[in-house]
Amino acid sequence: MNPNDVILRSVTKVAIVIILTFSIYLFFGGHHNPGGGFIGGLSVAAGLVLLYLAFDIETVRKNIPVDFKKVAGLGVLLAVLTGMTSIFAGKPFLNQTFGYFNLPVFGKTELATAVLFDVGVALAVIGTAVTIILSISEDG
Amino acid sequence: MNENVYIDIVVAVFLLIGTVFSFLSAIGLIRLPDVYSRSHAVSKSASLGVLCTLFGTFLFFLLADGYFSIRLILGIFFVFLTSPVVAHLLNRAAYRSKVELTEESVQDDLKEFLEGK
Repeated sequence: MNPNDVILRSVTKVAIVIILTFSIYLFFGGHHNPGGGFIGGLSVAAGLVLLYLAFDIETVRKNIPVDFKKVAGLGVLLAVLTGMTSIFAGKPFLNQTFGYFNLPVFGKTELATAVLFDVGVALAVIGTAVTIILSISEDG
Repeated sequence: MNENVYIDIVVAVFLLIGTVFSFLSAIGLIRLPDVYSRSHAVSKSASLGVLCTLFGTFLFFLLADGYFSIRLILGIFFVFLTSPVVAHLLNRAAYRSKVELTEESVQDDLKEFLEGK
């Protein structure tokens, strides 16, 4: 008997938008407010797990064709590379810098290289969490 | 000064409603006989309690500090959206794993529907 979970699926479609938006907000708010790469990545992973629960694994894998082991590796690579760039500028490893730029939409914005490191952390967290969940859920 | 007192009273009324409804839902969880009536008590009144508490907090930050917290609005919407679905899924899982209704219940429409198929 194929259970009919139309309520779960319809609510997931609305809730996933809120979850992913809120995790992006958490990620970018991390410099001045509570949040950052770890919690932003973890809430993206939680949203993906909700998708895996509401739809089956094959459907989600077909629509998000991403190998999450490679995402974790890419995150660590990005974090190490942002640390390496400060060596080429003659500064110690993982030295951070920031500057103020006039962007077209946002106006005067503070851009920091710590965001790139945070992107690496977030990708590593997403990849690791989703890989753990998927490898537990598969049989055998 | 006078204005602050009114703000405090309005916020306090919302927080009081929220805590009272949460407390009533906890009592319902203890007192009611079976899974279905317990989840009836918990899902409705606990989510109303949480909504009132969050709205009171939102009003406090809006009126006292002038800070419009979009996170609390999102939280209110999210709890309002997901809490009934959680109760629905719990009840469904309980019914599919053949949890008995309480003895006082007189009608089981879903059983007739499932057996009639």
